[in-house]
Amino acid sequence: MDPSLKIVIVDESPVRAAILADGLREAGFTQVIRIEETANLLARIYSIDPDVVLIDLENPSRDVLEQMFQVSRAVKRPIAMFVDQSDTASIQASVDAGVSAYIVDGLKKERIKHILDLCISRFNAFARLQAELESTKTALEERKVIDRAKGILMKARNLSEEEAYALMRRSAMNENRKIAEIAQSILTASELLK
Amino acid sequence: MSPREPLRIGFIPLCDAAVTIVAADRGFAAAEGIEIELIREVSWSNVRDKLNIGLFDAAHLLAPVAIASSLGLGHIKVPLIAPLALGVNGNAITVSPALHAEIAAAADGDIGDPRVSARALARVVEVRKCRGGEPLTFGMTFPFSSHNYSLRFWMAAGGLNPDEDVQLVVLPPPYMVDSLANGQVDAFCVGGPWNSVAVDLRLGVILHLGSDILSNAVEKLLAVRERWARDNAEVLQRLTRAHRQAAAFVEEPANRSEVAALLAAPNRIGVDVEIIERVLAGRIKVSADGRIRASDRYLLMGRNGSARPDPLQAAWLYAQMVRWGQAPMSAELLAAARAVFRPDLFDAALAGESSEATDAPADGVGAVAGPAFDPNDIGGYLAGWNDKRSLGN
Repeated sequence: MDPSLKIVIVDESPVRAAILADGLREAGFTQVIRIEETANLLARIYSIDPDVVLIDLENPSRDVLEQMFQVSRAVKRPIAMFVDQSDTASIQASVDAGVSAYIVDGLKKERIKHILDLCISRFNAFARLQAELESTKTALEERKVIDRAKGILMKARNLSEEEAYALMRRSAMNENRKIAEIAQSILTASELLK
Repeated sequence: MSPREPLRIGFIPLCDAAVTIVAADRGFAAAEGIEIELIREVSWSNVRDKLNIGLFDAAHLLAPVAIASSLGLGHIKVPLIAPLALGVNGNAITVSPALHAEIAAAADGDIGDPRVSARALARVVEVRKCRGGEPLTFGMTFPFSSHNYSLRFWMAAGGLNPDEDVQLVVLPPPYMVDSLANGQVDAFCVGGPWNSVAVDLRLGVILHLGSDILSNAVEKLLAVRERWARDNAEVLQRLTRAHRQAAAFVEEPANRSEVAALLAAPNRIGVDVEIIERVLAGRIKVSADGRIRASDRYLLMGRNGSARPDPLQAAWLYAQMVRWGQAPMSAELLAAARAVFRPDLFDAALAGESSEATDAPADGVGAVAGPAFDPNDIGGYLAGWNDKRSLGN
């Protein structure tokens, strides 16, 4: 491990970039810089002159980084992607996680390996977090739909809240569907019957 | 793989993804008993990587990227092959109105001729240099792209050294127009619909269609891993046939509105249907005052035998890689590049179709300047250019 490595993060998601930067700092890397603005990306990267560049795969500017491979007068030193021919497993893992890494040519692979591993696990953690958030949001939406359907049933059939819910639950069990789906059908039907 | 499993195909939102999009969305794949799941991508690097590691079964891919991947240039080496070409030509060079005026003022003739405009550009560059101004910046889509090679070819024809006299920068196609607007670039070379978008917003003038510079240049391939092609020969045949049928549909003028509507969908290209229709028709509005250029060479997606991959085109692209220092010159690499283009697979899938290119130029490429291309003597061809830069550098 080499704390003096300069690491640039190009990520449009501020939350994910923060999670990643924290992870890298916890691991002892002191020079972690995030680039938010992708205009003139190459010039920004050259002026920072990093050893490692990390970029999320949803970022269209990834193609801009590919230009760093091309030897031209603008390039101070060529940068190569970390993964080489023997590393298809790493490339697979990083693409799956949604992150890509570019390193300055000449850095030893072993020195970078755990940076990439850390990124992959942080990216995966972020994806899990998002999935959880998404499912919480869905649960909330479903709750709202069920409440509205309950209200419709109570009014139409003159039921108590418990009875209305029990009715939906019974239908759901009989039809082998989720209560939220039954509730949605009730909302749709009541819209149509208006 | 069973034909029932959907094939995952990656694409970039560009008009020349039309054949793949139509194959998937208009029932041509289904007619061949296969299902296609299209995945829109944001970068060519992603398309390449996901194809290479097997997340995609096939891809809408820049032809030079398929060659670079097969040769191990700039990245890990994964041999790719193409049973079909998705598009020939289709790019354009758009310049800012200011640069257009400068070029027009410096021209010694009609700037519709790329040799004249290139010489004029060289004068503009010279004047800027004398005044100590920043070099002109040109956007293109990828280091291994026909856009990069077209720009370089054009500039070199005017006596410029593209590595020294101007700045060439990679930009994702959807960012091109913004970059022209905020002055990050002075010009760009990109495929449809982005040139037309710039013209409609009065931000740019189309100086040349790509076909003004090279009348026959392969652009995108339907690319698969060589290994996958061997393991899934039957599925690949179905996929190739579905694409050929889709290409015939795309090229039929009567279907243009329907094709444009399919492409304009938000999860496909997501651009105004009217702009896409202009691109498909080869009727390109080149400036905000409404001047139209019509060209039957602007973009070919199957007609005149353009769907059949031609190894001569691979040799041409490899020659550009050598010319601009991306690849060393060797007979082995040339053979490997040619092997990416597989007319034999095209013919096997489409038994009986006579698909030789019908209106190709004499040397297969039809460049506006320089010696005729000779795929059997690339060294001699490149020496004929007398470039200021040293080869293989």
